[in-house]
Amino acid sequence: MAYTDPQDALPDVLPDAPPAWVSVLRMLWRDKFALCAAIFLLIVICCAIFGPMLLEDQAMRNNLRGRNAPPFDFSKDWKLWLGGDALGRPLLARIIVAAQNTIMVAAGAVICSVLIGTTLGLIAGYTTNTTSQVIMRLADVIMSFPSLLLAVIVLYMLSPSVGNIIIVLAITRIPVYLRTTRAEVLEIRGRMFVQAAQVMGASTLRIVFRHILPVVFPTLVTIATLDFAFVMLAESSLSFLGIGIQPPEITWGLMVAQGRSYLTNAWWLSFMPGLAIILTTLSLNLLSNWMRTALDPVQRWRLEISRTKND
Amino acid sequence: MTEPLLEVRNLSVDFHTAQGTVHAVRDVNWHLDRGECLAILGESGSGKSVSASAIMNLIDCPPGDIASGAILFEGRDVLKMDDEERRQLNGRRIAMIFQDPLSHLNPVYTVGFQIEEMMTAHGTPADAARARCLDLLERVGIPDFKTKIDAYPHQFSGGQRQRLMIAMALALKPDILIADEPTTALDVTVQAQILALLEELQAETGMGLLLITHDLGVVAEMADRVVVMNSGQIVETGSAAEVYRAPTHPYTKKLIGAVPGNGDMAAPLDTGIKPLLEVNSLTKHYGAFVALENANLTVLPGETVAIVGESGSGKSTLAKTLLRLEDATSGEALYNGRDLVSLAPKDLFELRRDIQMVFQDPTQSLNPRMTVYDIIAEAFVIHRDILPKAQWKDRVRELLDQVGLEASHMQRFPHQFSGGQRQRIAIARALALEPKLIVCDEAVSALDVSIQAQVIDLLTGLQDKLGLSYLFIAHDLPLVRDFAHRVVVMQGGRIVEQGPVAQIFDNPRMEYTRNLMAASLHPDPDVQAKRRQDRLALQKAS
Repeated sequence: MAYTDPQDALPDVLPDAPPAWVSVLRMLWRDKFALCAAIFLLIVICCAIFGPMLLEDQAMRNNLRGRNAPPFDFSKDWKLWLGGDALGRPLLARIIVAAQNTIMVAAGAVICSVLIGTTLGLIAGYTTNTTSQVIMRLADVIMSFPSLLLAVIVLYMLSPSVGNIIIVLAITRIPVYLRTTRAEVLEIRGRMFVQAAQVMGASTLRIVFRHILPVVFPTLVTIATLDFAFVMLAESSLSFLGIGIQPPEITWGLMVAQGRSYLTNAWWLSFMPGLAIILTTLSLNLLSNWMRTALDPVQRWRLEISRTKND
Repeated sequence: MTEPLLEVRNLSVDFHTAQGTVHAVRDVNWHLDRGECLAILGESGSGKSVSASAIMNLIDCPPGDIASGAILFEGRDVLKMDDEERRQLNGRRIAMIFQDPLSHLNPVYTVGFQIEEMMTAHGTPADAARARCLDLLERVGIPDFKTKIDAYPHQFSGGQRQRLMIAMALALKPDILIADEPTTALDVTVQAQILALLEELQAETGMGLLLITHDLGVVAEMADRVVVMNSGQIVETGSAAEVYRAPTHPYTKKLIGAVPGNGDMAAPLDTGIKPLLEVNSLTKHYGAFVALENANLTVLPGETVAIVGESGSGKSTLAKTLLRLEDATSGEALYNGRDLVSLAPKDLFELRRDIQMVFQDPTQSLNPRMTVYDIIAEAFVIHRDILPKAQWKDRVRELLDQVGLEASHMQRFPHQFSGGQRQRIAIARALALEPKLIVCDEAVSALDVSIQAQVIDLLTGLQDKLGLSYLFIAHDLPLVRDFAHRVVVMQGGRIVEQGPVAQIFDNPRMEYTRNLMAASLHPDPDVQAKRRQDRLALQKAS
């Protein structure tokens, strides 16, 4: 369509740019959803780091008089505000303590699979046909196994520790990143700015990391945040099968699984840790959505526009 | 005087965007009679397509908003009709063809089905539609039309696809055909054929033809009357000859002045000097397909050599092979005595500094996630020995100044610039390495005429100042005529003719070159009328 490109109407002189972190905070302030999400995630991370240090004892202490204590009874100690579990242990304290294992497993698995998958994807997309074929067939092999089955087999042989669970979950998620990265690289390497860099004499590493990776990156971040939720749930399925994290260690997924037998008379046992999972993934999604816009110079004005209006 | 077939009265269309309201067209008036060809001429962003979109109900509301005005078709206001009535008009009474036929044909249906659908959607029985479809395909000149009716869009060439679009548009014998840049994506000889077809069909059916274009040559070839638009407003109306010969509005004067093809032709350089680049029997095959066969040419220091030819003639392959984006099958390309084709990567890296490239589409050749400073300074990052880091900023500032941009543009991103400015950035990037030879692959084809002239001026100025040589790949002959010292004509992967620009343009020896010259359009309607006669004579002769 041939109407005036709105970008042409921009003023010719731009104000001096503030330091990077100030403009990032400003852009975060513009998107209130992303701001709330960031704050919530900050709280979750604090819980994961400091929670076990401060509340480990309380979270493990049985209290038979408080068995399946109902939530929102504010006359009790604050730790019981979200209710108590089947052994009378305070749910709030357990959720805070469990944050550490949950976040560690989920973040560990996602980060490992993103790193390995992206690296292999970049190699597969930018090298010779043979290397690419070998990598892709390996990915096919991993994908052809149902991921939970693979996890069951591996964890049956290895001891179900946090480290092993991270490794197993990471392996099953690698093909997602590998395939996405490779497909995008194949498309981007044909673009003209990559050719322009080749003409300038840019090395392969430079082309891959300076020109291709930044274009693929937002897609990967989006998938990674969605995967974060998937990994948390997969970990809970493993716990449910009894080959994941073992009690007395706790994770949110394990708490959901343990509460299952009381669903009819004490719904909060599963609901509260479930809510924690939902809120965390929701926050991650909101934040990744914001990040995609903030990272894209073409879209960034959407987060800056009200600022120029105020000025 | 009788009432015109189609009349646009005081039409204003706004688009509400996040940056405020954009007035796409303001208070536009024009009319179209039966059997007439009206051209709307304007550069990108002038709003030339908006009124046509309003007629066809193609403006999304919101963000679009038809603020005022009326569109009278046979005396009835189209804008006041309901959707069903407008659907009856679209296709049946008013049809439209577009710039890029590939994106407007559905790839998963046969072309026969799509042309018939046009008719069956308006109530024609299927067998009648089939018969009419065969007639149409024959009429628009699809060879072997009886079997091709069941072929898919990708099995046709660009020119044939445009013919299919025309067949589809004419299926229901509309009273008005709107053609939005119908030949912009096509080669000159194909363009001439398509325009001739449109003209014949118009004479046959007596329909009104509304031609939206940026090309003064197309206007000269086709239009009875022309409407010139600039930033949403009509600046001039009149017969094509009148407007060309005696433009009254400053914008029209500027536009006509910027059209290439009227300047002096450059004299050939002294051939006694040692050539900068010497290409000897360069060949490139893709499997069995011969993209480039036995190409020989030389480029002197400070010389502009233009390579012209239609798409598929191998001119881009030649450029890519020279820059080692593709490996040649055989042959050599001597740059100062060193063979570019067989150079080891390490030696090639040094030579990269001397030979740079400016690409066709600056929107795609600049990394959208890098600032202008990063884009230009990348040259210094890659070739560390050019400049110490402390001086990068000053040098980038200097380069931006050289290409006519401001130093304050350094921290901006490519999307914040217009097309012409982006191409200037691309040129600054090429200059950063202080090259001796710049390969321009259709470097100005994507730009508006007036911007084209500015970029060409810039390139000429840089050549005078820095003694650059250009290998200038283009399909636009008038542009080449003004800019080049020597011209190389390519066809089907071979060089068919080369020589000084005056010789090629005034006295072409090969038939292919003569055809090419005859097919190119001149903005002066009188000159164009004469050319058309020449072309017809050539056609008869062959």
